[in-house]
Amino acid sequence: MPERKQVSLARMQTRQGGVVVEIQGGHGLVNRLNALGIRPGKRITKVSSMFMRGPVTIQVDRAQVAIGFGMAKRIIVEPD
Amino acid sequence: MKILLMGNPNVGKSVIFSHLTGVRVIVSNYPGTTVSYTRGLMKLGEDTAEVIDVPGTYTLETTSEAEEVALRMLNTGDVVINVVNATNLERNLYLTLQLLERNIPVVVALNMWDDTKHRGIQVDLDKLREFLTVPVVPTVAVTGQGMKELVESIPGAASPDTPPRSRDERWATIGVIIDQVQHITHRHHTWFERLEDASVKPLTGSLIALVVLAAAFLVVRFIGESLIGYVLDPLFNTLWAPVLLRLSDLLGGTGFLHAILVGKLIGGEVNFLESFGLLSSGLYVPLAMVLPYIISFYLVLGLLEDIGYLPRLGVLMDTIMHRLGLHGYAIIPTLLGLGCNVPAILATRILESKRERFIAATLISIAVPCAALQAMIFGLVGQHGIQYVAIVYGTLFIAWIILGTIINHTVRGFSPELLIEIPPYRLPPWQTMLKKLWMRTYGFLAEAIPIILGAVLVINILYILGVFGAIADFTAPVVTGLLGLPKEAVTALIVGFLRKDVALGMLAPLALTAEQLVVGSVVLAMFFPCMATFVVLLRELGAVNMLKSAGIMISSALIVGGILNLIL
Repeated sequence: MPERKQVSLARMQTRQGGVVVEIQGGHGLVNRLNALGIRPGKRITKVSSMFMRGPVTIQVDRAQVAIGFGMAKRIIVEPD
Repeated sequence: MKILLMGNPNVGKSVIFSHLTGVRVIVSNYPGTTVSYTRGLMKLGEDTAEVIDVPGTYTLETTSEAEEVALRMLNTGDVVINVVNATNLERNLYLTLQLLERNIPVVVALNMWDDTKHRGIQVDLDKLREFLTVPVVPTVAVTGQGMKELVESIPGAASPDTPPRSRDERWATIGVIIDQVQHITHRHHTWFERLEDASVKPLTGSLIALVVLAAAFLVVRFIGESLIGYVLDPLFNTLWAPVLLRLSDLLGGTGFLHAILVGKLIGGEVNFLESFGLLSSGLYVPLAMVLPYIISFYLVLGLLEDIGYLPRLGVLMDTIMHRLGLHGYAIIPTLLGLGCNVPAILATRILESKRERFIAATLISIAVPCAALQAMIFGLVGQHGIQYVAIVYGTLFIAWIILGTIINHTVRGFSPELLIEIPPYRLPPWQTMLKKLWMRTYGFLAEAIPIILGAVLVINILYILGVFGAIADFTAPVVTGLLGLPKEAVTALIVGFLRKDVALGMLAPLALTAEQLVVGSVVLAMFFPCMATFVVLLRELGAVNMLKSAGIMISSALIVGGILNLIL
């Protein structure tokens, strides 16, 4: 089976959807994202990203969450 | 009995809280904690129960200081009303499951119930009750719908014997519940949602931010000036001035009592800015100069808060704020500071680290003038032309950026990244908006007017006793030499510790040039916080950091004031 392409949330295209596969971070980051409903297996859609490595906004279910660029780099997504 | 209102942030806990406790609300801030709780009382059958509005938390696996305190609070409660956002059930249920695992009876308020319909979400209430085995009451907090049922359900609160689960087990359980309880019908994006998305995109978002901020500024000025020009000035000039003149006659036009009540007559007339008596300037400053701007500012701020625009502004400002050692969300306390620095400094608790709170609180006390001071800046400096007002604001803005950059590079540590939920746009009901406006306006009237009158009284007595003259001679080298102000201006700087609006008002009788007024306004804004802000700063930062902060304030005020004096 060919391995599917994976990118970080920071590098995803705007308006692209995908499924979170991994959060590359310590316990603290995993916990905080988990509390906002962002966890492996969750479908998300990227809404926007600010210029100059600004925050990334995503849609998770009925909520929008803004995530700093550094954190977004550590959220690995399998885009559709 | 102690009832805790708990739930994710921004689900309507406080609205439910005010419904439950009504007018008999005792608001108290717990000292020593990082997050404030609001407590109130409610009638429950024959008894009175204590209700606590616990700040929002996503999880009991504490990830922040705020959540740690919320967890501690949980151990002291008897019943939890878990407020759940019905339009975002899945994520909200995570906290619900955690609460059910603990040994405390729970009732679930399924809030924003009306929103589920127009969002195409169907929730099977009976099935949800079956899964959770606790009372579930649909509510619409803004209209008060379901409040009666919620209160009636409290005695039936249950604590199912759920064993503690792991995180993955919880999500698996939630998956099963959502699958059976919630049904979502697909529907197209509304224009509201398009606007939501556009506000966080770089180009459209910046454009929207510019329009919103410019409109906010213009509306605040328009309403403020109209209230002054068409309502309050005419009232004071045509109705109150003749009364004061009669009083002046009765008092014989001179003497101690005359000086304190009416103040100095200028050309035989009461001059509300310069007379400086209790009943002349003492009333005119708070009621005719400051109050109109308090009303207009809080009307516009309340609208922006209730619509849900501010977090989006935070996203847009994030990159800039990082240069000041903060992240975008710090824009919220900063904007609050334009109203009053006290709630602004309390609001810095939404920031994660001590370092951020120090930076934000220091920058707010230095470079963010409160509405009262701004009203006086517009009133006094504005008489010489709007360009001078612009210089004051420009200087404060540049000081904000430069100081923030310096502090960011000198204080050890780093600034955490932004991670916030962005609420959907909502059209706030006008009743809630007016209620909030009234609470804030009343807060100003109740807290500021006694201090203003007290300040005017003390100033007059000290003036008569000649105390200010001695101080003025002593500080003349700095005030006159460095800042280029008449030596008497030092009294304004001292009074600035009481109220900055009164302090700036004290510069009015000194016949300053426009440039001197600019220097005076900037120094007064930056120099030292007013008493109320000082107390909050001391409590929030601790004595050592407060001293550091004060050092930064005084030195930067003198440096900036000196530079302005040289170049203007």
